[in-house]
Amino acid sequence: MGRYVIRRILQMIPLLIGISIVIFAIIQAAPGGPEGTLLDRGMFVDPAAIDAYRARLGVDQPVYVQYLKWVGAMLSGDLGISFQTQRPVLDMIAERLPDTLRLMGVAFVVATVLAIPLGVFSAVRQYSAFDYTATAFSFVAIAMPVFWFGLMLQFIFSVRLQWLPVAGTVTVGVDTFGDRLRHIIMPATVLALHYIAGWSRYMRSSMLGVLRQDYVRTAYAKGLTRRTVIAIHALKNASIPVVSVMTLSIAKLFSGAVITETIFGWPGIGRLFIQSMHARDYPMLMGIMMMGSFMVVAFNLVADVVYGFLDPRISYD
Amino acid sequence: MTEHNDSLATDNALLVEGIDTVQRSNARIAWSKFRRHRLAMISAVVLLVLTVLCMAAPIVAPYEFDAIDLANIRQRPNAVHLLGTDALGRDLFTRLLFGGRISITIGLTSAFIGTLIGTLVGATAGYYGGRIDNLLMRLTDLAYSIPTLPLMIVLGAYADTQVLGLMLIIGFFSWMSTARVVRGAILAVKQNDYVTAAHALGAGDRAVVLRHIIPNVFNSIVVGATLGVGDAIIVESSLSFLGLGVSPPIPTWGNMLMDSQATMASEPWLTIFPGMAILITVLCVNFMGDGLQDALDPTL
Repeated sequence: MGRYVIRRILQMIPLLIGISIVIFAIIQAAPGGPEGTLLDRGMFVDPAAIDAYRARLGVDQPVYVQYLKWVGAMLSGDLGISFQTQRPVLDMIAERLPDTLRLMGVAFVVATVLAIPLGVFSAVRQYSAFDYTATAFSFVAIAMPVFWFGLMLQFIFSVRLQWLPVAGTVTVGVDTFGDRLRHIIMPATVLALHYIAGWSRYMRSSMLGVLRQDYVRTAYAKGLTRRTVIAIHALKNASIPVVSVMTLSIAKLFSGAVITETIFGWPGIGRLFIQSMHARDYPMLMGIMMMGSFMVVAFNLVADVVYGFLDPRISYD
Repeated sequence: MTEHNDSLATDNALLVEGIDTVQRSNARIAWSKFRRHRLAMISAVVLLVLTVLCMAAPIVAPYEFDAIDLANIRQRPNAVHLLGTDALGRDLFTRLLFGGRISITIGLTSAFIGTLIGTLVGATAGYYGGRIDNLLMRLTDLAYSIPTLPLMIVLGAYADTQVLGLMLIIGFFSWMSTARVVRGAILAVKQNDYVTAAHALGAGDRAVVLRHIIPNVFNSIVVGATLGVGDAIIVESSLSFLGLGVSPPIPTWGNMLMDSQATMASEPWLTIFPGMAILITVLCVNFMGDGLQDALDPTL
C-alpha cells in the first residue's frame, strides 16, 4: 500500500507539470495584456507608462522565462502577485477559502444525508412508487441548469415568500448562527442538487447489486431481520463504490461553486475567479485553476486509496 | 451462459416452425426496441417538434426576434403574446424559438465535435495499446484534471466568442469521457476471436477498426453523444448566463436568462420560460439517451 501510494504520487508529478503548461499557455494566449483593463476603461495611457507597467508585472520577459519563474515560485508556495490588488495571490485565495469550504462542506453534508437514504430505499423497494419518484427526481435534477434552479429558489423563497435572504453570507449587524444558516440554505441546496441526484442513483444500483448476493441470502436464512441485513450487511459493501464516487466529486464541487457563488453573491473562490476574469488578473486566474486541478488530481489518489482501504478484495502492490 | 442457450433455443424454434425468418438489420431491431421505450419515444417526438419549430423560427415565429414594441413592454403572458414580452416589448415566445435555434445547434455541434475527438483518441489508444495508449491516456487524464468550467470561462471570455467559437470551445473540452469509454470498449472487443480472424484473413488496421470494432462499440458512442448534447446545452447556457457566451441581441436561452435576472421580481415569466425550455430539452435528450442505451445494447 505504501509503495503504491508513493508510485502514484510520483506519477502525479508529470501530470501536474503538464497541467501547469496547459494553464499557463491558455492564459498567455489571451489577447491584450494586463494593461488591457486600463485601455478598456478608455483611459489615455502613455505608451511608456504601459511599458513600465508591463515591466513591473514581469510580462515583458520571454514566455518560457515567465513560465519557469511562475513554476519555481509556485514550488516555494508563492502563486505570484495579483495584478488587480498588488497583493499575493495565495493570501487572497486564503482569505476567500473559508467561505467556499463552508459552502462546499454544507453542500456535501446535505447531499450525503439525502442521497444515501434515497438510494437505499429506492433499491430496497425497487419499482415501487417511491423508487419511481426518486428516479423522476434524479432525471429532472440532472437536466436542471444549476443557475436556473438557483434563480427559481431565489424567486420563490426570497422574492415571493420572503423566507430567506437573496444573497450574501450574513446580515450586517446580525451575525448569529441562525442568520448564517438562513443564508447558506439556498446556495448549499443548489450546489448539492446534482450530487443528490447522481449519488442516489449510484447508491441504488450498488445496493441492488449487493442485495442479490449469496451472503445477503445467507444472512436472511440465519433469521436476521430485514432491517439488520440491509443496514449492517448490505449497506457496508454497497457503500464502497459510492464513497469512491463521492471522494471524486469533492474536487468537482469547486467548479460548481463558480456558478453558485455568482448567483448568491457568495464571497468565495468562485466569485473571486469571475471577478479576476473580468479584471484580466492572470496570476490570480492561473493560481485558482492550478489549485482546482491539484484538487482533482489529489482527490483521485485519495479515492483510489480509500477504495483499497475499504475493499479488502483489492490489493495494490 | 443461460442467455446464450436461450437465444440458441429461440433460433432453433424459428427454424423448426419454418417461420419466415426475414433478416432484420441491427438498425431495425434497435428501432423496434426503442419504440417500446415509451418515455424515450415521447421525448424523441417532443425533441423533434421543438427542433423543427426552432429551426423554422423565421417562418413560424409570430414576430421578429428583435422587434421592439414600446407600446407593449413587460406584458404578462396573454393571447397576443403567448409567453409575454420583455422590457423592450420583444415577444418572449419568438425569442425562445430563435434562442433555441442557437442553443440546439450549439448542443448538437459541440456534442458531435466532442464525440468525434473522443472516439478517435479512444479508438487509437485502445486498438494500438502500448506506448500510444499510455501517451493518449495521460493526455486524457490531463484534460480531465483541469476544472472544465473555469477553463471554458477563460477561453470564452477572451475568444470574443460568438456561436462558432462557443461550439469549438465546448466541443474541444468534452471528449474525455467518450475517449475513456471507447478505449475500454475496444480493449474488451479486441480480445474476441472474430477480430483475430479478421486479422488472419489479411484485414488491415483500418478495416478491422471500422468494420469489426466500431460497430460493436457503437452503442456506447451513440449514447455518449446523445447525453453530450444535453450537457453542451447546459454548458452553453451557463457560459452565456455568466455573460461569456453568445452576446445579445442574438438570443440564446442562456443570455435570455442573464438578461432576466435583474427583473425577476417584477417579470418572473422572463426567467421561468427560458429555464423551462432548457430543462425540457435536456430532460428529453437524457430520456432519449436512456432509451437508446437499452435499444442499442446487443446483450439485452
